[in-house]
Amino acid sequence: MSINLIVLVKQVPDTKNITAKAMKDDGTVNRAALPAIFNPEDLNALELALDIKDRYNGNVTVITMGPPRAANILRETLFRGADRCILVTDRAFAGADTLATSYTLAQAIKKIGNYDLILCGRQAIDGDTAQIGPQVAEKIGVNQITYVHKIHEIRNDRVLLSRNLGRIMEKIETGLPLLITVPASANQPRSYGAKLMMRFKRARTRLEVEAENDKDNLPAIAAACESLANRGLLIETWSAADLDADPVDIGLRGSPTKVKKVQSVVFAATETRKVDPTETGIRQLMAELIEERTFG
Amino acid sequence: MDNKMSTNGILVYIEIDHDQIATVSLELISKARDLADELGVEVSAIMISDGENKDNAAPFSYGCDHLYRITDTRLKFYETLPYTNLTAQLIRRIEPQIVLFGATPIGRDLAPRVASSLKTGLTADCTDLQIQDHEDRAKKKLYKNILFQIRPAFGGNIIATIISPDHRPQMATVREGVMKLGRANPKRKGQLIELPSELSESDFHNQFIDRLVGRRRINLNGADIIVAGGAGVGGKKQFKLVHELAETLGGMVGASRAAVDNGYIDAEHQVGQTGTTVRPKLYIACGISGCVQHQAGMDQSGKIIAINTDPDAPIFNIAHYGIVGDLNQVIPMMIKSYKAKE
Repeated sequence: MSINLIVLVKQVPDTKNITAKAMKDDGTVNRAALPAIFNPEDLNALELALDIKDRYNGNVTVITMGPPRAANILRETLFRGADRCILVTDRAFAGADTLATSYTLAQAIKKIGNYDLILCGRQAIDGDTAQIGPQVAEKIGVNQITYVHKIHEIRNDRVLLSRNLGRIMEKIETGLPLLITVPASANQPRSYGAKLMMRFKRARTRLEVEAENDKDNLPAIAAACESLANRGLLIETWSAADLDADPVDIGLRGSPTKVKKVQSVVFAATETRKVDPTETGIRQLMAELIEERTFG
Repeated sequence: MDNKMSTNGILVYIEIDHDQIATVSLELISKARDLADELGVEVSAIMISDGENKDNAAPFSYGCDHLYRITDTRLKFYETLPYTNLTAQLIRRIEPQIVLFGATPIGRDLAPRVASSLKTGLTADCTDLQIQDHEDRAKKKLYKNILFQIRPAFGGNIIATIISPDHRPQMATVREGVMKLGRANPKRKGQLIELPSELSESDFHNQFIDRLVGRRRINLNGADIIVAGGAGVGGKKQFKLVHELAETLGGMVGASRAAVDNGYIDAEHQVGQTGTTVRPKLYIACGISGCVQHQAGMDQSGKIIAINTDPDAPIFNIAHYGIVGDLNQVIPMMIKSYKAKE
């Protein structure tokens, strides 16, 4: 039995290490000033997919929607063991909220057609919405189970898995096809395979080939792409037209939510009273708090 | 649509947690009541369960006007597809202008799928909801009384105001503890509407093989006093001091993400954007530098005492009392003087 796995991944700005330099004067974040990284929980989803591939002779297709430079994380998935990568990119996708993004990803999944299990990270660190997984599942019309940390068994189009709902752990058996979201606690993502890295370090998208060549020299570009494709090194690029996407459902137009305003977080400074770290200082503070009935 | 919008109400999804209405759902009814009064509309709620929960009056006492109850013994445990279908069905029927869900693990599974099936917008983890007018200058259109959905984004580094001007309903999830629970009025009455579940066997896909319920979560939300430790505590052993101070003061123990990541304490104690949002009377931050993500979860505390060796730690910007010093010395002094006074 071979299991067809699709993993949805995203390149995100590293929001954990935001410095003042990354903030513009108007309070918005300058994404260009932040390093772009592999969304951490998408790595957990990829790891779970690769683990299933190892156990059941599956194949792993990775899809990302993003700007051309998102090809970097696709190469990273090849270094870890993914079989096929697709970059979904088009200026028409810009400004998409989760609804428009999930529609676009669902169109890409439908184009692939053949899938048993779709895996996404629980959420992305730039938006923290956790909405893409459930919305993609709805758009392609499959069941979803969120926060899956373990796949026990897959057999005869059935899957036995465990999910973590915080206080509650559920062990569930359900049918395929299915979409699951994967939290960080699920596993420890593997590092690059040395052989895989040697093999795929030259993997390129067509856009990258264009950038590396004289962009007007079409025959050279076509030859380079063909050569890459023959060696399994061409990362596929799909546009809105390739996805047969309805223009009213993608990008800014397909997004019901609009950002009305953003402001950087400036917590109103409170007048802080300094308390000496001495017996006297602390004794006075505690006496005052008791006096004010702060302790109830 | 505009005309109708003005009278359509607000719907709250009521989550059942161990045969009881989740606190966050009552907090949302309280908030929905305020918003509905501003709009001059009514508050409805939907409750899907197996019928074991008995406290049906609570939604009314917090401000619900119509409670739609769907009872089916097969709906004991949350399962995405039947719950989504029932919720979307009711929304299509009563056409609320706003729908609110708790941003719990279940709410975050359910709400996006419902929004997708209704092709409408959804804003996750709102920290504030307001009714305001929005002027679209490009379209030369004024949207009166729409929902401003305010949430932190970009890892808590910005606060964004999100709107869905052209789509209904306007949907949002809100974390537990963010909205204030109103005062219950047990005399307040509402209308209970029983709806048939109309689900067939084919609507159920999941077979529950095993279900483990962990011990009751530490409920930081209800705590009046929280003593929290951060990376600056330095180790699991030193973290005992934080526990000791909390015990002495009759408070609960909180932690920063760094303390949890370092393994000093379990994740259920975590305060902040990815943990619990708290608003105790007193918050004592021990060895917590106070990054924005942490501040977002505790800056509404009545009084904040910060203990840190670094005088430039951001926590001092929001602290009412700042103690620049070593917590290993300061905490024992606090315990000693508290016990002496008691």
